[in-house]
Amino acid sequence: MLEVKDLHVTVEGSEILKGLNLTVNPGEVHALMGPNGAGKSTLSAVIAGKDGYEVTSGEVLFEGKNLLEMEIEERALAGILLGFQYPVEIPGVKNIYLLKAALNAQRVARGEEEIPAPEFMKLVREQLSFMKMDGSFLQRAVNEGFSGGEKKRNEILQMLVLQPKLAMLDEIDSGLDIDAMKVVAEGINSLRNADRAILMVTHYERLLEHIVPDRVHVLVDGRIVKSGDKNLANELEARGYEWVLEESAA
Amino acid sequence: MASQEMEELVQREYTQGFVTDIESDTVPPGLDENTIAFISNKKGEPEWMLEWRLEAYRQWLTMTTPSWAHLDYPPIDYQAISYYSAPKKQEDKPQSLDEVDPKLLETYEKLGIPLHERAALAGVAVDAVFDSVSVTTTFKEKLAEAGVIFCSISEAIREYPELVRQYLGSVVPQGDNYFAALNSAVFTDGSFVYVPEGVECPMELSTYFRINAANTGQFERTLIVCDKRAQVSYLEGCTAPQRDENQLHAAVVELVALEDANIKYSTVQNWYPGDEDGKGGIYNFVTKRGDCRGDRSKISWTQVETGSAITWKYPSCMLRGKDSVGEFYSVAVTNGRQQADTGTKMIHIGEGTRSTIISKGIAAGRSDQAYRGLVKVGPRAKNARNFTQCDSLLIGDRCGAHTFPYQEIGNSSATVEHEATTSKIGEDQLFYCQSRGISEEDAVNMIVNGFCKDVFQELPMEFAVEAEALLNVTLEGAVG
Ligand SMILES: Nc1ncnc2c1ncn2[C@@H]1O[C@H](COP(=O)(O)OP(=O)(O)OP(=O)(O)O)[C@@H](O)[C@H]1O
Ligand SMILES: [Mg+2]
Repeated sequence: MLEVKDLHVTVEGSEILKGLNLTVNPGEVHALMGPNGAGKSTLSAVIAGKDGYEVTSGEVLFEGKNLLEMEIEERALAGILLGFQYPVEIPGVKNIYLLKAALNAQRVARGEEEIPAPEFMKLVREQLSFMKMDGSFLQRAVNEGFSGGEKKRNEILQMLVLQPKLAMLDEIDSGLDIDAMKVVAEGINSLRNADRAILMVTHYERLLEHIVPDRVHVLVDGRIVKSGDKNLANELEARGYEWVLEESAA
Repeated sequence: MASQEMEELVQREYTQGFVTDIESDTVPPGLDENTIAFISNKKGEPEWMLEWRLEAYRQWLTMTTPSWAHLDYPPIDYQAISYYSAPKKQEDKPQSLDEVDPKLLETYEKLGIPLHERAALAGVAVDAVFDSVSVTTTFKEKLAEAGVIFCSISEAIREYPELVRQYLGSVVPQGDNYFAALNSAVFTDGSFVYVPEGVECPMELSTYFRINAANTGQFERTLIVCDKRAQVSYLEGCTAPQRDENQLHAAVVELVALEDANIKYSTVQNWYPGDEDGKGGIYNFVTKRGDCRGDRSKISWTQVETGSAITWKYPSCMLRGKDSVGEFYSVAVTNGRQQADTGTKMIHIGEGTRSTIISKGIAAGRSDQAYRGLVKVGPRAKNARNFTQCDSLLIGDRCGAHTFPYQEIGNSSATVEHEATTSKIGEDQLFYCQSRGISEEDAVNMIVNGFCKDVFQELPMEFAVEAEALLNVTLEGAVG
């Protein structure tokens, strides 16, 4: 589904990704770990199409299509959705309005009709209660005044409504209390199916107890230096990154 | 002007020796006392009205154009303007929509203007395309039943001279400013509204205007009087871009609210701003002022300004009555090479008067806009309160927004709060929306409309929807 091949990316003159390779197949959950500043957020931003990143070489393919030639919204419409670490506030724009615009953009791109209002409300209300969110969140401006944890829930709510093929989540677990962590994890787990892939950036093994990954990768200094199954996360939790660095240097 | 010349002008016998033929429908360009007499005569005005106009004209001669506004435009040659012309003859107009600028038609389409209104707005020669006569008649009957007077200012001068005489110029005196003086001397169009004591006007005075919008004049004069405990909501303008042969527009609007009266005045203004270089655009110099004359009266201005090459306008409130309330909600959008200098004045005179100012400015392209707000609290205005918030949103980096708040506080018990922000449309906000599959253009519209929400919610419902569409069209291509 997603193939990243020897990707080199420069930000403001300095190279951040230095030949990154990653393949994610449908149905899989991948966890991306690694020290601060390694390039994890950069990778997800480049996949989503954010400005300011210069791809100097390499390829990113999504279902065989060259992602790097597509506009941001085209990538989203193709089924890629990025859950932000710090979701931005948009004053005056109702949360429900954004949701509906996003869903309708998808449907129109697929040649379908816009969703009828009652159907949309039903869908949203279901997912909202699944995320244990109050109805008032729909009427509030996008992320405005939301607490850190509420913003994260809202990101997952969008995923539940938009049903992406590839969900990328950047540190979705940061800033969540214990209960919220469970709710968010349940939300993500409910997305799991044979056709969908999930790529999660995280620092903590905790999240992976709730959402058991198929693959765990360690990203260090712009490259994936080690991959393994869920046990790798336990090992990292216990031993830190030092040994991985040594191993990869050897 | 030398005082001797001035003297001669004043002395000249204007009722005789017309240079222009009374029977003709148009006066040649130029302005002198004869021109004014001609206009007054054409309109069948009483003697006092002519005197009033001439007084204004004489004051105008002694005045100079305001130079302090944050605007840049070539001097206007007032002798090159024709001050009276009858409606254009059918054969001079475009004969069908095929002859009209396709871009304009495209815009109508985007705004969802009904087909039958498009031709009229574009100035096409049409025989009764729509049933305006009967619609107007229905309105008139309903209003008459309620005792509301709503007619053209010329008709009012003829039919209700006492009312007009009592209130005309009582809010904006003839010599108030350069453009108001010019307007007072030569105005030919405009409306008059009188809502009698205790009457709540049974409808928004709006639909009427959509239909007649194509006939807006160059020097309009509007006078709205709300008697004790009366209420009216008045809508001016039209979301459809209007072209006009006349580059200069200088309107005057006067509102009078007596005890416990409530006037809501909403404007959506979308004059043709000119081409990309600003050529052919309208200069819009407007004096709008409301007088809260009675205790507990309220005047609320809401405006959405998107058109014009140059806009100069400051709807203001004189808060005279005890506990009277003034409000100003404004969205101004400039794109291309437009210039706007807008704002408001809240003059607190009476005790316990309150005012609210919410101004949202959006600048894109190479446009430039200024907000200028004066809050003045007089010595008698005990416990006066004002809250001002002005926010500017910049799209791109070749545009500018400036805020000039002025405060003159003459009573120490007054509370005056001012908040101002300037932000660039956030790349992070755009990325967020786009990464949800929303196109850049839709994302900009969404963010801008969100930014303006506080003002849009003050507009009557149907206007609010149109205003949003209008904003989107105005900002088309502003990003990227
Ligand atoms: N816009 C930018 N300008 C300059 N440097 C940048 C920019 N964006 C990212 N970087 C740099 O790129 C490197 C990788 O950043 P990135 O955010 O991808 O790291 P990360 O792996 O997500 O780290 P963390 O675990 O702390 O979130 C960092 O050194 C960061 O400072
Ligand atoms: Mg990061």
